Amino acid sequence: MTKSFDKTEWGLLLALPVLICLTFLLPAWVVNYIQVSLGTGLVALGVMIQMRAGLVSFGQGLYFCIGGYTAGLAGKFLGISDLFVLLVMGLLASVVIAFLLGFLLRRYREIFFAMLSLAVSMILFGLLSSTEELGSTDGFNLPQPTYLGWAPEGDLGETVLYVVTCVVTLGLALGLNRVLRSPLGYINEAIRENELRVEYLGTSAHRAVHITYVIAAAVSAAGGVLWAMALGHVDPEMTNWTTSGQFVFVSILAGTGNIAAPLIGTFLLEIVRVYAVEISPNTWQMILGTLMLLTIIFLPRGLWSLIASAKRKTAAPKASEIMEGN
Amino acid sequence: MASGKQAARSSAIRKSRHILMTATTLGLASVLAAAAPAQAEEGSVKIGFVTFLSGGAAGPFGVPARNAAELMIEAINAGSVPAPYASTGLAGKSIDPIFVDENSKQKNADYQKLVEKDEVDMVLGYISSSSCKAIAPEAEKAQKLTILFDCGTPQIFEEIVTDPQYTFRTGAHATMDNVAAARYLADTGAKTGSYAGINQNYAFGQDSWRDFSASMAQIDSNAKIAAEQFPKIYAGQYGSEISALLTSKPDVVHSSFWGGDMEAFVIQGSARGIFERAKVVLTTGETAMHRLGAQMPDGTIIGARGPHGDLAPESELNDWFRKAYYDRFGTLPTYPSYKMAQALLGVKAAADKAGSTDQDAVIGALKGLEWEGPSGKVSMALANGHQAIQGTAYGTYEFDKETGKASLVDIVRYDAECVNPPAGMNSIDWINSGFEGAKCD
Repeated sequence: MTKSFDKTEWGLLLALPVLICLTFLLPAWVVNYIQVSLGTGLVALGVMIQMRAGLVSFGQGLYFCIGGYTAGLAGKFLGISDLFVLLVMGLLASVVIAFLLGFLLRRYREIFFAMLSLAVSMILFGLLSSTEELGSTDGFNLPQPTYLGWAPEGDLGETVLYVVTCVVTLGLALGLNRVLRSPLGYINEAIRENELRVEYLGTSAHRAVHITYVIAAAVSAAGGVLWAMALGHVDPEMTNWTTSGQFVFVSILAGTGNIAAPLIGTFLLEIVRVYAVEISPNTWQMILGTLMLLTIIFLPRGLWSLIASAKRKTAAPKASEIMEGN
Repeated sequence: MASGKQAARSSAIRKSRHILMTATTLGLASVLAAAAPAQAEEGSVKIGFVTFLSGGAAGPFGVPARNAAELMIEAINAGSVPAPYASTGLAGKSIDPIFVDENSKQKNADYQKLVEKDEVDMVLGYISSSSCKAIAPEAEKAQKLTILFDCGTPQIFEEIVTDPQYTFRTGAHATMDNVAAARYLADTGAKTGSYAGINQNYAFGQDSWRDFSASMAQIDSNAKIAAEQFPKIYAGQYGSEISALLTSKPDVVHSSFWGGDMEAFVIQGSARGIFERAKVVLTTGETAMHRLGAQMPDGTIIGARGPHGDLAPESELNDWFRKAYYDRFGTLPTYPSYKMAQALLGVKAAADKAGSTDQDAVIGALKGLEWEGPSGKVSMALANGHQAIQGTAYGTYEFDKETGKASLVDIVRYDAECVNPPAGMNSIDWINSGFEGAKCD
């Protein structure tokens, strides 16, 4: 089994102990940003795997919100606070909804897919904003998470939640990497290149898009649950288009080259934002916007292309050295 | 030849890689270096201010609040605020502010960063009720003095943090705006046979209408609801809603619209004559008074979410605040500015009373404190001394065409105990009980 692990997967496995050690090395506020970035990073991952198929989802916040609200509602009305149960419920809710919506969305591509996904997410935003029982736009608070009957308090509780977040996020990233390497992953890339040809080769593009859409939804919902548990609060802003836009922003900034890119990209963007706000509290968006523009102009394939090209360049001289017989 | 070229290219590649690596290392190093706690300046109190500096709420709320903060900090540090706040600083220590944008998805992480990295002595801010709901438990967890200055939801101390230790709110919550609006209609003898509401479809709008219609039901049991309109926030166009209001022929129209939406409603509604056919109550109308001037129809009932702005009682402190604000920013302060000034003066009063800026000392002094703000007396009477109550006032708009000045007439003031629920009572239950225990003059 381990033989089939590629470099990325080894990297993800190695990252787990490193991330956990960071809780003891870095100040708590940085760890906090890592934690929330892992939650939102999962949603960016969902956007990214759809981008691989040439689909830009401008409404991924929908599933982010479904995850968060499922956890919140289960806590509020059913009194469930077990993180694992909440995760499963969030996943189930999102998979069911994505499966149904998938029949509609799988028929659209490009701007039509983007707009339709946006429209669906804004329907939920509208519904939640006018539901007074759920606190409307103010949202409501979530309970402290428990783990299979264990309820750690205070600092320990936070550390446990962080560790669980790391494990779940990296586990899902690993699974997604498998998806990208599976026939489905390659079909998606083929769909991006030439959908007609995919159909002629005997595969259903609709089916591939549908499955990808459901997987992306499930991952995003898991991100929503983890993020909401860390924050302790959910509100409809989670499914607003500005939130969804941020996930697309991250995916473009980080690039679709590697499964780790959106996770790292989310954290980097978060840190850049924090310092941008500190340097210039009134015009920090300008700093982020400039960064976005520069990335698009100079690194059209995202930040990950820097790492990818660095790798290629290290490989290149070695090959020539061998050729020369040194 | 070819190999020379290749060598040159590979060296160039190596060079660029080198630069890239150095840049990354430097970047990482700077993050780590910055992560080390910044040294606080000796003899100063660091306060983190969180308000909207971008987004839709920045213009009407966030920026006026930030402006007031800047003005008050300078004045407090210089000791130029009128008595009893004439001493310099907070118990002699000057204020060192950090401003943070509330328009962020990661509000709690931003809060933690303020507490841990910037090592602020206290956090003062939060306009949106959603932010307050998320921050209040975080503040208790972080054990850091946190002063909510504006957000309106009564839930904070009624449901979310029922035993606050570190969280305070120096502004009264939103219930009184609408209770007082209903009382004002009755007190000025307005016809209230039927009433209608146009409120934004989000928490504040829904709560406002709920409180207002419940209060109307108590004050005039014969009054009927003619229409309820809930357009989307920031919609900007209210043609169809205004038509619906006009056809339902209400005697009173209630609106908690704020900022640009409210101004749009005034301009569009006055053109269609709704202000002549019905008495319009604008619970936040004060922010637009001086901007709209003649465009605001006479006779409109105006509130300011407390006795702020033009509804503030006359005092030396208020005169000074209005003048200083106008001189510096070229506009008169609106209620978010008043609420910010009120919060800062509350902190100053507490620190001066305790004679120290030590967190525990300030908390001890702020609990149950009474102080004078530019809009009159504030007392921390609810939630075990952590939630302020304050009187409020409503007035009727009048525009003087000769001088081009807007003013409020027939101002009626309501005591805090008249329009706020007593300690330990839920707002809506209190209204439905017929304002049990309300003390009105």
